[in-house]
Amino acid sequence: MNTATVLSARAATSKFWLIAAVGALISAIGFGSALYMEHHGHAVTGMTNQIVWGLPHVFAIFLIVAASGVLNVASIGSVFGKTAYKKRAPLSGLLTLAMLSGGLFVLMLDLGRADRVMIAATKYNFTSVFAWNVFLYSGMFGIVAVYLWVLMEKRLYPFAKPVGVAAFVWRLVLTTGTGSIFGFLISRNAYQSALLAPMFIIMSFAWGLAVFLITQAVMFRWNGKTLDPAILKRMKNLFGTFIAAVLYFLIVYHLTNLYFAKQVAFEKFILIDSGFAAIFWIGQVLIGALLPMAILYHPRLGQRMCAVTAAAVLVIVGAFCELYVFIIGGEAFPLDIFPGAEITSSFFDGQVATYSPSLPEFLLGLGGLGVAFMITLIGVRLISKFLPEDDAVQPDAATD
Amino acid sequence: MTENARRGFLAAGATFAGAIAVAPGLHLIAPALARGAGEPASNANRWGLLIDTNKCSASCDACVKACATENGITEQVADPRQRSQWIRKIDIKEKNGRQHSLPMMCQHCSDPPCVDVCPTGASMKRADGIVLVDRHVCIGCRYCMMACPYKARSFVHEPLTEQNPQVPRGIGCVEACTLCVHRVDKGQLPACVEACTEGAMLFGNLADPNSEISRRIAHEATTQVRADLKLNTGVRYQGI
Repeated sequence: MNTATVLSARAATSKFWLIAAVGALISAIGFGSALYMEHHGHAVTGMTNQIVWGLPHVFAIFLIVAASGVLNVASIGSVFGKTAYKKRAPLSGLLTLAMLSGGLFVLMLDLGRADRVMIAATKYNFTSVFAWNVFLYSGMFGIVAVYLWVLMEKRLYPFAKPVGVAAFVWRLVLTTGTGSIFGFLISRNAYQSALLAPMFIIMSFAWGLAVFLITQAVMFRWNGKTLDPAILKRMKNLFGTFIAAVLYFLIVYHLTNLYFAKQVAFEKFILIDSGFAAIFWIGQVLIGALLPMAILYHPRLGQRMCAVTAAAVLVIVGAFCELYVFIIGGEAFPLDIFPGAEITSSFFDGQVATYSPSLPEFLLGLGGLGVAFMITLIGVRLISKFLPEDDAVQPDAATD
Repeated sequence: MTENARRGFLAAGATFAGAIAVAPGLHLIAPALARGAGEPASNANRWGLLIDTNKCSASCDACVKACATENGITEQVADPRQRSQWIRKIDIKEKNGRQHSLPMMCQHCSDPPCVDVCPTGASMKRADGIVLVDRHVCIGCRYCMMACPYKARSFVHEPLTEQNPQVPRGIGCVEACTLCVHRVDKGQLPACVEACTEGAMLFGNLADPNSEISRRIAHEATTQVRADLKLNTGVRYQGI
């Protein structure tokens, strides 16, 4: 090994430790924020008795939904037999574990009594979607851990397909559970729809693939590798299809709401009258869907890795906007306690609820991203198999 | 002592003795039978309220004040949006211009959405229909608050001091009207009902067809708020 190689390896190691330190710091700040909130109570957050779920839930649900979606890359390989995706299955599994951990970190630490996490783990009410999710999330950790083991141990390769199918089914059920957290809320105009379960699944496809594309681009750049243009083309086309599907579900969701007279006022609120309208049209629709699709299907831009990565970043920005409008906007619209009547009270009945997120809750959410980042970083550093190693151009490239 | 005076004395004495003898039985017409210590709540009762909005004035909040005193909801919270409200007065203006004012609290549903969604079972319904939060099991996820159609639940955002020992409350937990369960179990009326001098609030046993509340619900027009949700509320309204 010559001196230049040694120096380059040392520089890469230093860079790794620097990045790891930043990730650890962000995670620690998130944990510190949770301790601060725990000590002072949720009074130090922007959440109130009117907006009961806030920014931490936006971060947590993004991470959990994207965690299940990113496993799709592995499923396309194991379940549907596409070779290019098989090479990416281990990284996809690692990202699932990392983001699920990050999401649960935020969700658990936002609890009013985070110290009672053992109660959440030992006492169940089986009519609660939340209680189902405790099983679905812990089961997901177990299945994906086994899946990773099977993918990395040559002797166990024959089991890759059945375990892959089990993981695929489990992730579909898990995202159905996450969508149903809202779908079963009968009292609020924004939710109470069976459409939310499939909508969350399709959202997870797009968001998960966005996270995967960004991670893959960074890893390839870090290792000085170039992604096969044919694989890039396949992945970006799939990505574009997922974004279009999310847009389709979004249109159907709002159109069905507009069809029901009782929902028209809410739709007017979200789409036209409130501050959420701007976030919806600019953040969710323009930045999160139309711009990325324009990039991906542009004849020249769509072939460039950096442009595809930029489209993935835009989709994630759009995802945060979408969850903000969905969760906060859905709560801000007043409850229809006396349909058709105007109501007022000292508890803000009949009024649009206001919400200003505070720094601690933002930092807690950011801490969740930090945890996901740290797990991914340590995983890819320790185990080289997480880096996708492509052969030549894949023979089944034309079939996607 | 004259004959008349003696007769008067004997009559008064007999009345007093009679009163002493009958008084213990008087609690039979009180709204609730006291429950012995360790004795479970019974589904022979389903406690409920009937609120006559025609008797409820917009300017009166005696029920709200009585609830706050009884349950120790006296903390000063800087952000009013973060204040706990177990009972609140709502002013309603219908499209035809008709106005009402009424107290709104936990409706003690027979099929409560808050109980359905609670992951740990902290939100629960007693056999006698009172919906409560077990403060030892609540993890503060606030899912019940998302599920309640009446915005009847509050989350405690700050550390609390000087609580009423009979009504434990605590930071990080969700809480709501308990129908003054600690009073009902002793055979007393909920504080709001007792404080309502207009007689707009009637407390009683919906499971007993002969109770006054059941008879009035059977013979007079009453309303369940958001009846479309079919939650079978324990709190009913008249006049809306």
